[in-house]
Amino acid sequence: MFLVTEMNAGRKTLFDKIWDAHEIERDDNGQSLLWIDRHFVHEGSFHAFNKIDERGLNVAQPGLTFGVADHYVPTTSRSISDLIEKSRNVVNWLSENSKRHGIQLFGLNSQDQGIVHVVGPELGLTLPGFIVVCGDSHTSTHGALGAMAFGIGASEVAHVLATQTLWQTKPKSLRITVNGRLGPGVTAKDIALHWISEYGADSARGYTIEYAGSAITELSVEARMTLCNLSIEAGGRSGMVASDEKTIQYIRDRAYAPAGDDLDEAVAYWQTLYSDDDASFDRDIVIDASEIAPTVTWGTSPEEALPITSLLPNPALAATSEQKQQWQDSLSYMDLHSGQALESIVIDRVFIGSCTNSRLEDLRNAADILRGRTSRVPGIVSPGSTAVKRAAEAEGLDEVFRRAGLEWHESGCSMCVGMNGDLVLEGERCASSTNRNFKGRQGPGARTHLMSPAMVAAAAVNGRLTDVRTLEILTQSQEE
Amino acid sequence: MKAFTNLKTIACPLASSNVDTDQLIPARFMKEPRSVGYGQFLLHDLRFDRDGAAYKNFIMNDQRMDSMEILVARRNFGAGSSREAAVYALVDYGVRCVIAPSFGDIFSANAVNNGLLPAIVSESDADQLLTYLDQQLKTSSSRLEIEVDLKNELITAGDFMVTFSINPKWKIKLLNGWDDIDLTKNRQNDIEHFRVRYQKMSTWTLPPVDGRIVKTSTKNR
Repeated sequence: MFLVTEMNAGRKTLFDKIWDAHEIERDDNGQSLLWIDRHFVHEGSFHAFNKIDERGLNVAQPGLTFGVADHYVPTTSRSISDLIEKSRNVVNWLSENSKRHGIQLFGLNSQDQGIVHVVGPELGLTLPGFIVVCGDSHTSTHGALGAMAFGIGASEVAHVLATQTLWQTKPKSLRITVNGRLGPGVTAKDIALHWISEYGADSARGYTIEYAGSAITELSVEARMTLCNLSIEAGGRSGMVASDEKTIQYIRDRAYAPAGDDLDEAVAYWQTLYSDDDASFDRDIVIDASEIAPTVTWGTSPEEALPITSLLPNPALAATSEQKQQWQDSLSYMDLHSGQALESIVIDRVFIGSCTNSRLEDLRNAADILRGRTSRVPGIVSPGSTAVKRAAEAEGLDEVFRRAGLEWHESGCSMCVGMNGDLVLEGERCASSTNRNFKGRQGPGARTHLMSPAMVAAAAVNGRLTDVRTLEILTQSQEE
Repeated sequence: MKAFTNLKTIACPLASSNVDTDQLIPARFMKEPRSVGYGQFLLHDLRFDRDGAAYKNFIMNDQRMDSMEILVARRNFGAGSSREAAVYALVDYGVRCVIAPSFGDIFSANAVNNGLLPAIVSESDADQLLTYLDQQLKTSSSRLEIEVDLKNELITAGDFMVTFSINPKWKIKLLNGWDDIDLTKNRQNDIEHFRVRYQKMSTWTLPPVDGRIVKTSTKNR
């Protein structure tokens, strides 16, 4: 404990402090062997289990790995028979592998099931100062609690299972400071889409991000998760926000979080986990919060995003021939034309869910817009976890969505990636609170526009992309 | 893992940026066991239409590309999802090296763990390689082979040469066919020493108690 605190004296970033506390050794080529505090596996981790099985290896620390069924689970019910056989297989493989290796599983029928990046923080499994890994690129989400969290591939998952460690080359550090205050209708999602569109989908490649500044401090812990979640869409493997009083309040009384003396001891350490005033970053980006508008993507890369009030770009005006080609390609796939107003784009369906935007606060924001209104298009709302679903139902949010004409589903990755069969149909256009607008991401030939949950709700109300600031929030009495 | 030896083989020009891992292998194929061979899924929706017919104008469907083992692409190749299946699709198809100005971080790590070389070249060198291959495709006696020398970090195409870069540890791993799990197993004692000291200093990092946590002091543990 005191050793750790002493190590943190002066001139270090938050990221340096976490890295140093976990470094077992560094080799001649500059790679560090790092201790892993928490490891999450999901259905897709079957390749990794097969790898350790082929070698006859055991899981080194089964108590530090947790299984969550999310990518393939049905969201129409909790019955595995809702899935096609091959999807059932992958869900079953996770159960079998978890059982065989003594790993605690939050499976399809668990009260604690949900999307792994919602469940980890929600259960208090993710804590400040931890290194958290999972075979999923959106693991960066957990960084919102002041942890260093990053996605890994199946070979690395097998390595963590077998050793509870990973070899990593230390990334460079990037600080994104967002000063000032966000305007009405502007959320963490908009901060992310804004800065990624300004700097590019690979601008944080090779970096770990720390988000700082007054606009970040003002964000709730849930909103910080949205922001950290999208770090990978700029190529950053991890994004983090230093823990503060909000973080500690968030963690207190979570099912698996430390309590009593243990919590006090942990908090004393967490309070040393911030970037020192004189610490230097390899790169600094400073953003003025007041310049950020509700933002939507128009193309097939998260960098192809614009304020909702914009017109689509003209490829003839692209800075390079490569960009010109990319814009032409994106416009063509999205069936859009240059000069078209974003707000004129008509949609076919909406989706509210995913590890990016499916927490209680997200659902409240969407429900605020949909309360007393009707959706012009079909759509699904899939809460981030079974616990979020219970909480949302307790405040009647499910009724708001149902009355608006949307489907209220169980929790899972659902239509963000379509692995469970929740798909956007070929040629359809979806306003989505998810994280990737890649070609075919939500289904073959599907067209995705990314935006905040409230912006998705606004799009549902008008049947086209809409500036949420133009819709006033109706109260209960106006509804009646 | 098999050691990476020098390559002299057909290279395929894929002149796109942001070829994400959802493109490399669409999610719907990922529930298949590896034993089916993932090569058939590589860039599936760019190669085939909804009825499974090959797009004639997609470069990989050019017969001259049948035995290609190198892909040349633009920036941010392998961005997005951590799915190692994207690398399995490339490797099972027979690809042993991808040349691009930049790669998704997780993708490159996955590539190296499967013996696939992610070779980083400058934007202008990528352009030059793509132009070269494009020109070769337009001539009847095309020379589509390029040579990759990992030890010297050199790529030779026709009569020009460009350098590439790679993380030094990854280079050693590829050249020797080393596997991380084998390497780390030798460090078991160091890891165990670290664990004991670390968990003693920071009790909250211990495995949480099975099931709903019993909120007693860990001092008795």
